[in-house]
Amino acid sequence: MSAVGDVRRRRIDELAARAGQVPEGEGGVSLTRSAFRRLRRNPVAILGAVIVVVFLVVAAFAPLLAPRDPLAQTLLSEIRPGFIPGSQPGFPLGVDELGRDLLSRLIVGSRQSLLIGVVSTLLGVVVGMALGVLAGAFGGWVDTVVMRFVDIILSIPSLLMAISISVLLGQNQWSLMIAIAVTQVPVFARLLRGSMLAQRGSDYVLAAQALGIRRRRIVFGHVLPNSLSPVIVQATLSLATAIIEAAALSFLGLGDPDLARPEWGAMLSNAQDFLSVRPELAIYPAVCIIVVALGFTLLGEALREALDPKFRR
Amino acid sequence: MSPLTIEELPPRDAGQDGRPVLEVEDLSVTFTRRGEQPTRAVDGVSFSVAPGETVGLVGESGCGKSVTSLAIMGLLPRRGVEVGGSVRLHGQELIGAPDRELRGLRGADMAMVFQDPLSSLNPTVPIGVQVTEVLLEHREMSKKDAVAEATRLLDRVGIPDPSRRLKEYPHQLSGGMRQRALIAMALACSPRLLIADEPTTALDVTIQAQILELLRELVVDTGTALVMITHDLGVVAGLCDRVHVMYSGRIIESADRHDLFARPRQPYTGGLLASVPRLDGARGAPLHPIRGSARDVIPWAEGCAFAPRCDNAQDDCLTEVAGSTVPLEYDGPGRELRCRHPLEYPRTPAGATASGAAR
Amino acid sequence: MLRFVVRRLLQLIPILLGLSVLLFAWLRALPGGPAQAALGERATPEAIARYNELFGLDQPLYVQYLRFLGRAVQLDFGNSARTGRPVTEEFLERMPGTIELTLFAMVFAIGVGIPLGYLAARRHGSWLDSTSVVGSLLGVATPVFFLAYLLRLLFAVELGWLPGSGRQEVRIDATRITNFYVLDGLLTREWDAAWDAFLHLVLPGIALGTIPLAIIVRITRASVLDVVNEDYVRTANAKGLATATVRRRHVIRNALLPVSTTIGLQTGLLLSGAVLTETVFAFGGVGSAIFDAIFARDFAVLQGFILMLAVVYVLVNLLVDISYGLLDPRVRVR
Repeated sequence: MSAVGDVRRRRIDELAARAGQVPEGEGGVSLTRSAFRRLRRNPVAILGAVIVVVFLVVAAFAPLLAPRDPLAQTLLSEIRPGFIPGSQPGFPLGVDELGRDLLSRLIVGSRQSLLIGVVSTLLGVVVGMALGVLAGAFGGWVDTVVMRFVDIILSIPSLLMAISISVLLGQNQWSLMIAIAVTQVPVFARLLRGSMLAQRGSDYVLAAQALGIRRRRIVFGHVLPNSLSPVIVQATLSLATAIIEAAALSFLGLGDPDLARPEWGAMLSNAQDFLSVRPELAIYPAVCIIVVALGFTLLGEALREALDPKFRR
Repeated sequence: MSPLTIEELPPRDAGQDGRPVLEVEDLSVTFTRRGEQPTRAVDGVSFSVAPGETVGLVGESGCGKSVTSLAIMGLLPRRGVEVGGSVRLHGQELIGAPDRELRGLRGADMAMVFQDPLSSLNPTVPIGVQVTEVLLEHREMSKKDAVAEATRLLDRVGIPDPSRRLKEYPHQLSGGMRQRALIAMALACSPRLLIADEPTTALDVTIQAQILELLRELVVDTGTALVMITHDLGVVAGLCDRVHVMYSGRIIESADRHDLFARPRQPYTGGLLASVPRLDGARGAPLHPIRGSARDVIPWAEGCAFAPRCDNAQDDCLTEVAGSTVPLEYDGPGRELRCRHPLEYPRTPAGATASGAAR
Repeated sequence: MLRFVVRRLLQLIPILLGLSVLLFAWLRALPGGPAQAALGERATPEAIARYNELFGLDQPLYVQYLRFLGRAVQLDFGNSARTGRPVTEEFLERMPGTIELTLFAMVFAIGVGIPLGYLAARRHGSWLDSTSVVGSLLGVATPVFFLAYLLRLLFAVELGWLPGSGRQEVRIDATRITNFYVLDGLLTREWDAAWDAFLHLVLPGIALGTIPLAIIVRITRASVLDVVNEDYVRTANAKGLATATVRRRHVIRNALLPVSTTIGLQTGLLLSGAVLTETVFAFGGVGSAIFDAIFARDFAVLQGFILMLAVVYVLVNLLVDISYGLLDPRVRVR
């Protein structure tokens, strides 16, 4: 027997040994791990992630990064009707209609957008999931009542819903967040319910039931964790929607009235009056909103693709 | 006589009945994906089918039998797929033929029945339209005549109340009815070649037998050439004249049906036969499954792909030891074999001893 | 089919009832309550008390609700605090403009979106494909009102190609029949009036239609890519059908199913977007009225308009469901 043969022989033996085993599903790679691996290979995901990370870093360190005080009306004296000074030394993006440094306002404004986006989405996720789990876990009349309620909320176009809530709660940043959150609730409620119903008939839940495991443990220990990936995907996408919707509410005069907190949506709506004088005042905050919304959307879509078992290979 | 022989049919050779309907020569299919190693799904497959003959392509899922059938029909996607070799339908070369020409042949001269009748039927179009559209495409026919012909076709494949069924949608039919409807569409223009890709796999056992019987009546008896793609040896035993066993993209054994069942030579074929539970075996006699799955293969270039799972494997099953790849060779009249250490049988008589040795 | 429609109509009843409860509660929960809502923010306490007595607001809540419901069924939502006119009258006067605008936007979104999405899928991986994917992502991420301002600034203010505000040139003294200005112009054969009203739709319509366009492109593209790989398309090809037949009967027909559902959902987006777009273009429809009502704290108008828009939205979705039933036979039997 030749030496080469020995090497080859060992290779066959290895394969033969494997052949003797019960074939493993995915070679033992967990869903999250393989999803992460696929995310890293996806340029769209990387672009989205980079945008989101930059946004988060800017928001976190905004006071350190902003070159000037976003509220100081430094160049107020130079503003005349029909003229707002543009880019100049010390003010790379120029100033707004009150002579405040635009760059600093954009940097600090990221915090407010992040806060509104995260808080409203979290609220929407928590309430929506609670309703969805309630409907999905109990079924029957609970399901009917909850889903009718969700249908009613869904029957009002989302911005009109947000307007009603905002008008009701008065004009402050919390009412803004709650208004946006309410429009997100039905989405998550339906998502969770659908996912739980789909799993209720699945073999592993039946198996768990057959083993006599209590319903609460099945729901919280098995079904809920398995429903989380679509929720994560939807939440990422909802962050984008929330930031855009916040801008729309600002435009309608339902935004945060506290002028001490620069916010992209409010900056954009204010700038509409000076569009013919200095369109940049509108364009910069708009670009910020678009890029951040795009970042969350790209990341969300890439996550969806990575977590969807249909795409797994 | 071998107990495995179900029925005595005169062995038919492709050359005997004049020109074969289908000649496949050295067919190869390679999938090339961006950023991935090209994979060769079908490699050097050759066979032919005579009029009225039924040829079986047998193997586990993933062995390349379905890809072979799609390549013959020209239904593989154009992008990312390379098809080599030659496929001739009545002498006409199909590989590299323009799309227009192929569309003229498909449905008219060669037709195909697929595995899953539900997903293979368009859910939003009535059955009737799906039958008549073949007729209207390939035959000069008025719409009215096409409907009449479609009714006749559904009746012929055993669908009761055909004029009502024509107006129904696929989801309103049972699984067996759907497969009958698909067969009706395939036979609408009396093709000279029919390829059936696992036509009974998705069906209940009782329905399976009916569909096979239908294929035998409508296809075999009318002289249409039939290529039967299956992993089910029962289907082979009941229908096929000649059998090609495929493994990992290549044919590893070819024989007439009863030769194959009586004396399988490739250990893989032997394993397939031994895996089937038998009524005439001793009660409690153990089954002999093949180890592992079709994924545990080595590339043909490095040796016999089946070697890792094979009980007869020796060192020279590897290219590096033997100096050449394992060839498909003449193995007695009407038989071909790709194996260096085949199952051996005592000279005569065959019969019980033979099947014993196959184990 | 008829039973399907009737069942869907019956399913609307609880939703509409729920809606009315919600909006009834909304008005009660407002600071100052309905009296303030009706009389405006500067109403005197005496006036409020008189109003409460007059409209039975001192009675138990369920009595009040039933009365509200009774009036709502007759489309009576009280009078606007700003103009003093009945809310329903204002709504009916302004709705035609919004319908014209949303129709234009939807025709634009569907007319451009479906062919573009289909082409993108057919040329999967080409520059057209990548451009439409990137473009549709951008379209969804852009705030509607910003896009509206941009379009107005560029095409109306700077270039002056198209009108940038209103529904029709004031100088044109057009005859009004239906308040659908384009339709009125056609009915009265005042062609210039119809054409002018149409031109006034273009910019706001495009601004409004951009998000639905982006979504329709994406859904169509994804759906066509899915359907092309379906077994029944392979069957159709195996039958040797002409490429055009395969595409028309087997690919496009099935690919449009998810698109048609999306189109129904887009109506909500359109009605939301109309509030923003109409405001930017000073387009006298329902949307700009809502904007005015927010600023004037005209709650009667807000309540009535939101309720009626919600009903419109629900009805449109019903229509979409029914048309879905026509497209997909599998839904009908359920």
